[in-house]
Amino acid sequence: MASDAVGALPDENGKQRLIVLENAGMIDPEDIESYMAVGGYATFNDVLQSMTPPEVIDQIRNSGLRGRGGAGYPAGLKWSTVGKALGAQKYVVCNGDEGDPGAFMDRSIMEADPHRVLEGMMIAAYAVGASQGYLYVRAEYPLAIKRLKHAIKQAEKHGLLGHNISGTPFSLSLQVRLGAGAFVCGEETALLASIEGRRGQPRPRPPYPAESGLWGCPTLINNVETYANVVPILREGAEWFAGIGTERSKGTKVFALSGRIARTGLIEVPMGITLREIIYDIGGGIPDGRKFKAVQTGGPSGGCIPAAHIDTPVDYESLKQVGSMMGSGGMIVMDDSSCMVDVAKYFLEFCMTESCGKCVPCRVGTAQMHGLLEKICEGEATLDDLEMLEELCDMVTNTSLCGLGQAAPNAVVTTLHFFRDEYMAHIVDKTCPAHVCPVSRKEAVQ
Amino acid sequence: MTRVVTLKIDDIDATGREDETVLEVAIEHGIQIPRLCALEGLTPVGACRLCLVEVAGSSKLLPACTTYVTEGMVVTTNSERLKKYRRMTIELLFTEGNHVCSVCVVNGRCELQNLAIRLGVDHMRIPYLYPKRIVDASHERFALDPNRCVLCTRCVRVCGEIEGAHTWDLMSRGIDSAVITDLNMPWGDSETCTACGKCVQVCPTGALFEKGMAVGEMTKRASFLATLTASREDGR
Ligand SMILES: Cc1cc2nc3c(=O)[nH]c(=O)nc-3n(C[C@H](O)[C@H](O)[C@H](O)COP(=O)(O)O)c2cc1C
Ligand code: SF4
Ligand code: SF4
Ligand code: SF4
Ligand code: FES
Repeated sequence: MASDAVGALPDENGKQRLIVLENAGMIDPEDIESYMAVGGYATFNDVLQSMTPPEVIDQIRNSGLRGRGGAGYPAGLKWSTVGKALGAQKYVVCNGDEGDPGAFMDRSIMEADPHRVLEGMMIAAYAVGASQGYLYVRAEYPLAIKRLKHAIKQAEKHGLLGHNISGTPFSLSLQVRLGAGAFVCGEETALLASIEGRRGQPRPRPPYPAESGLWGCPTLINNVETYANVVPILREGAEWFAGIGTERSKGTKVFALSGRIARTGLIEVPMGITLREIIYDIGGGIPDGRKFKAVQTGGPSGGCIPAAHIDTPVDYESLKQVGSMMGSGGMIVMDDSSCMVDVAKYFLEFCMTESCGKCVPCRVGTAQMHGLLEKICEGEATLDDLEMLEELCDMVTNTSLCGLGQAAPNAVVTTLHFFRDEYMAHIVDKTCPAHVCPVSRKEAVQ
Repeated sequence: MTRVVTLKIDDIDATGREDETVLEVAIEHGIQIPRLCALEGLTPVGACRLCLVEVAGSSKLLPACTTYVTEGMVVTTNSERLKKYRRMTIELLFTEGNHVCSVCVVNGRCELQNLAIRLGVDHMRIPYLYPKRIVDASHERFALDPNRCVLCTRCVRVCGEIEGAHTWDLMSRGIDSAVITDLNMPWGDSETCTACGKCVQVCPTGALFEKGMAVGEMTKRASFLATLTASREDGR
């Protein structure tokens, strides 16, 4: 059995809740029979035989499911927009680009339970009236690609894909498309351009893909984990799903726990759980007797949350309130050996090198910000440089074309907010309190 | 049927068709919103961000060149905040390339230079990045000096959309992005270039120029584009 796929970390004190990962490691991802043995495709068949598309969309809406790819847009609302959009041809797209450094939530889902993703897409396609779908997966995920392609073939053989599925008027064909590993291609309009064979650059929205997506047709684009939630919602009912999580953030979220923490790996937790519970109860706390300093959520677009906010509940609004975001599920824990200026520089550098170069603020602004951060780390910056850095943060955030540029300054903004003293130490006292930056080596020489 | 809508741009009562952008309607009403990538006759791309405006009810700034007018829209094109961002955008462009205006063929007739003057950008508060970029003078009649390129992609669009040759495109990403001819071959070796010169005429800076021009001698004539697209529309 090919269940070498990553499942969730062991759940020692009942803090986790497996919905998306319920099959991970339990079934053979390369065998459709194995998926069917645990009830796979029964939901799709039920939906096809006994529910109208608007009824399916109502279930998704009532469940409160929000997009797991980053922004948390209500899935039901997006489905209903695509459903209502006029057009003979519609598409469904699965975003499996997962470009965040250190993130492997979507990869694990695609590798461990590919049919679950397909079944979610099939239900979505039926609900919005799409007859063609694409799974956009980064080429760095060969196993996920292989298993998805294999799963599509098996589903075709079982008559679950193709023309007039199960004797109904519904037809659907699914294909895998490979991305070349540019972070920006996870942005939906760049992703669609890439599927169309064009340069992967974002374009201004509106029009949103729901209205004008692939080749100008209405297109539903959701994240891997979003689709993976569809089957349990329709199987157990919207009320069941809406009963998990918080007022405005329903269900669970998968996170890739990494950094300075005793247990690293994949976890699935109900929304509303606090960062403390994740870090200490599930992750086993900080190793080597060091002190917890901050946790970075939301990937390169997110922010660093300091120890003072460790009791923040994990939901879309609360994370936003402390300057970070849910993102797609990266969670990097840092202890007191990290320099927050250095951390900010790392994430900014990632955004700078991944900028597509289309718009001026992101293309040049991030490069200028990076230069200023280097100057700070070298101990050569002045307070005027800090002021210019803050001006650029504001400008790049508010004028960039897509989410990459708009969020690129977040790591700088949040560390400046919570750890301003560390910036001051580099600039005024010419020291790096964590002894990470070049300025501290200069200190040692003196 | 495209409807006619009424809106307010900087307290001026304006009318426009639903298929017109805020930029087009503003120009029709005598309001000049700063812009660099937009050019009448080419598909707008919203890349330079100079034309960003405030629209009541939207928390985000919107590019006038890609935003369509709607009934009752209230647009502000010239707030202090917008002016600040525009000045910064110009600074970023000047520091990104190597602009030595005193030896440039379009000195005095350059859209970037004119914007800098209009927006009051007279010195740089951020360091010059001094990239190493190589001039391509391999074409018989024209040359590309990438040091003056602002990546507006007008050349890419006019070549693909109007001339139909698609000689120009982009390569690399981020700060390394650059315009290229064919598959990054010397322009002079290009098999697709028809030497029509459209790219040279629409280029807002001295990046693309006619050979044999002395400093400040080159005037760009981009107005052919509006005439050309209009007559093509008529021919349909
Ligand atoms: C720079 C950037 C990168 C993104 N990368 C991803 C990604 O790797 N995977 C993903 O699902 N969404 C990504 N997104 C979000 C998508 O644009 C889009 O919102 C998402 O696919 C919608 O699906 P959802 O509603 O199910 O979350 C990215 C957005 C931006 C701005
Ligand atoms: S914000 Fe950055 S990634 Fe997005 S369009 Fe602009 S340059 Fe490209
Ligand atoms: S293109 Fe020429 S005139 Fe224009 S700003 Fe650059 S160097 Fe100056
Ligand atoms: S060469 Fe001229 S027209 Fe082409 S992108 Fe550069 S500045 Fe724009
Ligand atoms: S003119 Fe609108 S973004 Fe450049």
